[in-house]
Amino acid sequence: MGDRLKRIGLVAAPWLAIVAAWYGVRESGLVNSALVPAPHAVLAKSVDLFARQGLAWDIFVSTRRVFIGVAVGIALAVPVGFLIGWFRSAKAFADPLVNFFRALPPIALIPLVIVYFGVDEPAKLVILIYASFFAGVIVMYEGVSQINPLFIRVARTLGASQSEVFRKVIIPLTVPHILTALRVALGVAWATLVASELVAAQRGLGSMIQNASTYFLLDVIYVGIICIGLVALLMDLALRRLSTRFLAWQDRVGA
Amino acid sequence: MSEPRIRFERVSLEFPTAAGPLRVVDDVSYDIHEGEFVAVIGPSGCGKTTMMNMLAGFQRPTSGRVLLDGREVAGPGSDRGVMFQEYGVFPWLTVRENIAFGLTLKANRVPAGEREAIVERYLGLMGLAGFADAYPKHLSGGMRQRLALARAYAVKPQFLLMDEPFGALDAQTRSNMQNLLLEILAAERKTVMLITHSVEEAIYLASRIVIVTARPARVREIVAVPFAYPRDEAIHEAREFGELRSHIRDLVMDEYRAQQGQARAVAFSE
Ligand SMILES: Nc1ncnc2c1ncn2[C@@H]1O[C@H](COP(=O)(O)OP(=O)(O)OP(=O)(O)O)[C@@H](O)[C@H]1O
Ligand SMILES: [Mg+2]
Repeated sequence: MGDRLKRIGLVAAPWLAIVAAWYGVRESGLVNSALVPAPHAVLAKSVDLFARQGLAWDIFVSTRRVFIGVAVGIALAVPVGFLIGWFRSAKAFADPLVNFFRALPPIALIPLVIVYFGVDEPAKLVILIYASFFAGVIVMYEGVSQINPLFIRVARTLGASQSEVFRKVIIPLTVPHILTALRVALGVAWATLVASELVAAQRGLGSMIQNASTYFLLDVIYVGIICIGLVALLMDLALRRLSTRFLAWQDRVGA
Repeated sequence: MSEPRIRFERVSLEFPTAAGPLRVVDDVSYDIHEGEFVAVIGPSGCGKTTMMNMLAGFQRPTSGRVLLDGREVAGPGSDRGVMFQEYGVFPWLTVRENIAFGLTLKANRVPAGEREAIVERYLGLMGLAGFADAYPKHLSGGMRQRLALARAYAVKPQFLLMDEPFGALDAQTRSNMQNLLLEILAAERKTVMLITHSVEEAIYLASRIVIVTARPARVREIVAVPFAYPRDEAIHEAREFGELRSHIRDLVMDEYRAQQGQARAVAFSE
């Protein structure tokens, strides 16, 4: 029991420190306190937003966009990244190409996306898919190109056919890279969300922040940012759980 | 004499490199008969692994033939168990699953009950029972090699090809592994090819020793080891052991120097 309390304390401490620093900055007089809403005011605002403005719906809409964007982006990145990583010669020409597109900030593409995909849901998803795909595809092909061919040879000497090598050796060795790609893509997708919701979104955390900034509603902006952080954190935690479960064999995971 | 199980017949192999073809194996011929244990010894980088790769089915000779029971090797297969120079245990499978791996393949599938029995047997034989459900990351080097041996044995290969299997182990573990190998071979005889750098290991384990030259590998000499199986540590002290050891060591050192000279010549020419 005591241990448990200590653990909770350890996890909570940095958060409490941030809240304390937040109050500190506000009270110190260094900043105009009108520009820094108090933590309790932000909390009250979030309750209000939940109760009356459908904040839950905004969270849901944004999460769904990120989820679909990452799912589709990674579903494309896994086979493409696999092929690039598997065939060494493909990597040589794909590498600069992928890095070129990955380096483009998704925000810069918004005008084009509007032209080609309009301003509805597909446009936002396209941006998120784009960001997830390029973040994931690199992780995939870097990982796959490092698969040790020794394991394939061993399997062949034990009598494995080509398809058995694929199912029983290559897939298990690819799973860690898929999970890493997912985590990287999730991070990038949340970062891109606000940009994608700039495309005239009605709902979503990004658009909520966007609208609030028009009317200078700082507390709403804070609520939006904190919600994005929390949901992203939860998703990452869930993925990490998955990783420890599936990758117990890896040197760095578990004991 | 009966037909050889393995025959290298005027085998040569060249790798294409930027500087032109690099001859690694040169006109090698020798036979390995049923139940024989042949050790191949030669300087580092001379082409021993390449020789074994041709027998394992990963590489084709540029000229000549590698024959298994009179038929040319066409590719890898579970009739030839291979232990690689690096640990080849599958890190994503537990010890038990590693041993069972080959038995789950179409080529050597057995019913689940029988599979479990085989796995249990080798877990015991190799002293891995306490680690059956551990992942290889928890195993020591010696245990990994025992696991690789168990996994190779589980599919009942007729041949065992080993590429410096104990090279990375400390002296004590290495000696234990040698004895374990002799024991398991006494229980389940195989036709064996072992690549090693250690003259003692070659004499202690093998019935014949093929000494190969600096690159490209040619057969320098083949010596028969005069000790009968089962063997025990005591033969290390035998007079013939010492004589054989100094004879082979002289040959190996000679080739080792030749290889060094070659490396230097290459360095100068660049
Ligand atoms: N795929 C390849 N392409 C070009 N050269 C190669 C290739 N594989 C091996 N070689 C070269 O062939 C030579 C023999 O290699 P091999 O691995 O057979 O040596 P080895 O006798 O097993 O050495 P060691 O005792 O260090 O393991 C080396 O000089 C190596 O650089
Ligand atoms: Mg070698």
